[in-house]
Amino acid sequence: MTEPIFALKDIKTLVNRNTPNESMILKGINLDIQAGDFITIIGTNGAGKSTLFNVISGSLLPDSGTIYYKGKNITNLTAEKRSRFLSRVFQDPKLGTAPRMTVSENLLLAARRGERRRLIPRGLKLHREEFAALAATMHNGLEKRLDTFTENLSGGQRQALSFLMATIKRPDILLLDEHTAALDPNTSAHLMAATNNRITQDHLTALMITHHLEDALRYGNRLLVLDNGKIIHDFKGAAKTDLTLSDLRKLI
Amino acid sequence: MNLLTSAIGQGLLWSLLGLGLYLSFRILNITDMTVEGSFPLGGAVAVTLITNGVNPLLASLAAFSAGLLAGFITGILTTKGKIPSLLAGILTMTAIYSVNLRIMGKSNISLLGYRTLFSANFLRKLPDYFDSVVVGLIAVFLITVCLIFFLNTEFGQAFIATGDNPTMAKSFGILTDRMTILGLMLSNGLVALCGSLISQNNGYADISMGTGTIVIALASIIIGEVAFGELTLSQRLVAVSLGSIIYRILLLGVLQLGLSTNDLNLISSIVLTICMLLPRLNELVHLREPLFRSLKND
Repeated sequence: MTEPIFALKDIKTLVNRNTPNESMILKGINLDIQAGDFITIIGTNGAGKSTLFNVISGSLLPDSGTIYYKGKNITNLTAEKRSRFLSRVFQDPKLGTAPRMTVSENLLLAARRGERRRLIPRGLKLHREEFAALAATMHNGLEKRLDTFTENLSGGQRQALSFLMATIKRPDILLLDEHTAALDPNTSAHLMAATNNRITQDHLTALMITHHLEDALRYGNRLLVLDNGKIIHDFKGAAKTDLTLSDLRKLI
Repeated sequence: MNLLTSAIGQGLLWSLLGLGLYLSFRILNITDMTVEGSFPLGGAVAVTLITNGVNPLLASLAAFSAGLLAGFITGILTTKGKIPSLLAGILTMTAIYSVNLRIMGKSNISLLGYRTLFSANFLRKLPDYFDSVVVGLIAVFLITVCLIFFLNTEFGQAFIATGDNPTMAKSFGILTDRMTILGLMLSNGLVALCGSLISQNNGYADISMGTGTIVIALASIIIGEVAFGELTLSQRLVAVSLGSIIYRILLLGVLQLGLSTNDLNLISSIVLTICMLLPRLNELVHLREPLFRSLKND
């Protein structure tokens, strides 16, 4: 087996540390992520799925355990620095975009993810055609709204924009945190299909939290079941392909 | 006519205050009380330096730098110290009051007999009050152009995103703490520069000249927004200066009605309150329309 692109070793996190209410959220997570993996993650509320993403993205530092990126220990690297190789789409469409900036301004910001922001003109016009072509791949009319403030977009368009922003500069790790959950079933299915296309075409390494068991089964090459702060099942390759919806229902 | 010229001149000079506060209030979404301290700080630094023989232009730049420092302190308190921004601003503002007294040594310093930015030869040949219009125009033009350039750089866009959505900004690697600190510095620098110009124009610096500055600044921002509506960011900056001029003309009108300059803070607050209530009043009026219609039908 090749060296994993990202690895978690015995990750534990606590809340309300040093108080009577102290409790452990992640109770020793071990996870090796290979380049090109598309991992779907399911689990009940409070299982620790979002905490796991916060630990991976660096917005929460673990209380114990080690995180490796391409073999390097990055446990204490800040979220801002991890953004050089990692991007994230949030569940709430409002969290992923700047509301009073236009669609193309948002894309331009995202295109320089993790890079130094220089004191030179932003060069928005140079990128317009590229952005229009990119927006058109979402098939929801986003390409006609490049100069619209994102607060005036529909939830579906806004979330599609968040996804484009997360992938416009190829991330080594893409985190999708129930990114279709706030949308209606049609829009959600549409965005999910576009997401899958992009991930398979660009061979992205992605982790996706979802409450749709069907989506968790249909997409990706690996499926994790989280429960009470631990990974209780890890289905890879053929084991995942053989999995059925009723098997899955019994597990959570 | 003289009064109108004076109002326009004052509006232009004071608009630097509005532009400064725009950076924190509208772009960073922070109500920064530091300005109540950095405005008189700018006046105190400039006037003290000028009375000690420093060139007025250098003295004004020194005032700008002092404002940068004031903003830096509030920025550090609120980002690294995690003190709520409103409280951090009040702390710095209160501290600056004592600093201003230390700088000036007394509560009022006159510039009588000293050369200021307004005593250049070509300005003195102009009709009354045109000196402040010319100095104001030059300052507003230079600063607006610089701000528009800045906000349209990669860095400036990251600055805007920081205020607009800090979670998103962080997830794209923008150092939001640093952006907030720099924004507060720039904002207070402009406010202090404005304080130094106003002091030089008035011919004195006074320890109490900061009272009410935040209301005046907000008034020019909000009058500009109410008067001109939906605009691009660059146009909004121009609207702030126009708002500041409109505000001065409004004050002029009120003073003509017989109120005294002692009432200025009361008037400022009332003008700002009305402007801030306008959107709400508009809602209420719209709500009543169907009501009136149904009454007529009966």
